[in-house]
Amino acid sequence: MRLAGRPGAVFLALVAIALIVAPMGLKPHGVYLISMWAVMSIAAIGLNLTLGYAGQISLAQAAFVGIGAYCSAILTAKFGWPFGGAFALAAVLCFAIGWLLGYPALRVQHHYLAFVTLAFTTLVYLVLRNEEKWTGGTYGISGIPRPSLFGWSTKGGPAFYYLCLFVLAVVSWLTWRLVRSPWGRAFMALRENPLRASSLGVDTRRYTLMAFAIGSALGGVAGALYAPLVEYIDPTPFALGLSLNLLLMVIVGGSGYFFGPYLGAIVSVLLPEWLRVTDSLYLIIYAVAVMLLMVVCPSGLLGLAERLLKPARKEPVARAAAKAAP
Amino acid sequence: MTQVLEVRGLSKRFGGISAVEDVSFELNEGEILGIIGPNGSGKSTLFNCILGQLQPSAGSVHVDGRAVTGMRPCDLNRLGVSRTFQLLQVFPQLSVRENLILAGQEHQGTMWSRLVGRGDAGLTDAAERMIEFFRLGHLADEKAGGLSYGQQKLLDAAMAFMSGPRLVLLDEPAGGVNLTMLADLRERLLAINREQNATFVVIEHNMEFVMSLCTRILVLAEGRIIAAGTPEEVRGNRQVIEAYLGN
Ligand SMILES: Nc1ncnc2c1ncn2[C@@H]1O[C@H](COP(=O)(O)OP(=O)(O)OP(=O)(O)O)[C@@H](O)[C@H]1O
Ligand SMILES: [Mg+2]
Repeated sequence: MRLAGRPGAVFLALVAIALIVAPMGLKPHGVYLISMWAVMSIAAIGLNLTLGYAGQISLAQAAFVGIGAYCSAILTAKFGWPFGGAFALAAVLCFAIGWLLGYPALRVQHHYLAFVTLAFTTLVYLVLRNEEKWTGGTYGISGIPRPSLFGWSTKGGPAFYYLCLFVLAVVSWLTWRLVRSPWGRAFMALRENPLRASSLGVDTRRYTLMAFAIGSALGGVAGALYAPLVEYIDPTPFALGLSLNLLLMVIVGGSGYFFGPYLGAIVSVLLPEWLRVTDSLYLIIYAVAVMLLMVVCPSGLLGLAERLLKPARKEPVARAAAKAAP
Repeated sequence: MTQVLEVRGLSKRFGGISAVEDVSFELNEGEILGIIGPNGSGKSTLFNCILGQLQPSAGSVHVDGRAVTGMRPCDLNRLGVSRTFQLLQVFPQLSVRENLILAGQEHQGTMWSRLVGRGDAGLTDAAERMIEFFRLGHLADEKAGGLSYGQQKLLDAAMAFMSGPRLVLLDEPAGGVNLTMLADLRERLLAINREQNATFVVIEHNMEFVMSLCTRILVLAEGRIIAAGTPEEVRGNRQVIEAYLGN
């Protein structure tokens, strides 16, 4: 989606300012929530690359968040690594594993691929739970330190929030560049018509692997921030539930839209909190709201926005004509 | 004369049926070769075997003297061989301009230089020229999926030319295109053939189109070449008439 020029830029600037001043008006739990929003946005951005842009369904994103989280927790809490090193290793490790996970995608598609990636998530979960020597098993790892960067301690909630926000900003900028580069175009070609793409010289194999690797690396980045954010991890949050939740974020926000994951993460992380006032009803309200959205607009919130903002066009006529032709 | 394409003894079997059987021909630079034949005679399968979309059961393909049998379509394309498909194949969610840039980008630099380089791979001007050339000017920013069938067909053909290919295989470019656009398309193809010395192979059912475009024609029936020659020779060939009437 294009930024729609000036108004779009102004709107983005306002959002950025709001994100920067936000911690000042929030209680600690609020700051924790917007930090979580930033972290989940990063993971969802990765999944949006793999699924939204390149069209490769993946239920493995939670596993990469888990690998990233355990990588950063083990290295910083147990081995005293500096956060920067653990963070970089988490990203590289997930990139490499994501690359390998891309190989099945070269052979199977759609729900078969969903099953393969689902199995991977389960496998990682079992490893995290059973390899007690490294992961602490069901007891998990506690006392994960919040890092000090260049003498600046992120121990406090707001400070750590700014770290998350900074990483989100860098990830956003890099992703923005990526999706508008020839790679982004090749990813979309992969999604829309791999047969035609390969006849135009697009190396579908390499781009598929890259889409998986980059998307997974962002999952790892999110995980590396997640561990020090919650300060204690166990395997539970990295089970299939999170994969489905991340999938929900991408689809609710608008799969294949650049800003989809940010919106989806709001819906998924913040909306349940706001609905908490309704007490026991909140899960039901939440579920119904999501289902309604999917019925009204399967292309997500941004798809809905696009439809409302654009004047009605003659497009359907041309489509009908194309279908009628032999 | 430089030989661009050489096909030797190409065969393709699907289970029991033989879709292409022992097809051999060669093609010189700048030629426009037509391939005609009744439905199901193996024309598209022949293309798919030449282009690495299908693995041939037997036979070989050489491009510019180089063996390319069974090479991946994307690698073959980067050697300068381009194609269109019988069924429309554009990227419906991308704009006309983006479709064209995509069609040329993999020929610019390396994969890594494309990652860090310009978003349009330096192809905006070339895409603009191609849009003008195929008279799609007013549609540059439209999503390809929103174009009429004939316009999409033109775009499909235009995409095949974005990389400045040496050899282009077109599978029924005129199928479903109206008469005015047909004349347009022929004129464009002839212009590219003349100006860039590009070599074409064209599968077509529209006889008038094929006869007026091609310098030489192969006739396929049941997977075999049953006749070959200039349009005039083929037109008067008894076997050809029988193959069509007998169908
Ligand atoms: N993937 C496949 N599997 C099995 N049989 C196939 C396959 N593709 C083509 N065929 C068969 O091979 C034969 C040749 O088909 P092909 O599409 O090449 O014909 P064609 O000359 O292009 O026909 P048309 O003019 O209708 O496009 C047909 O009998 C077809 O049913
Ligand atoms: Mg055919």
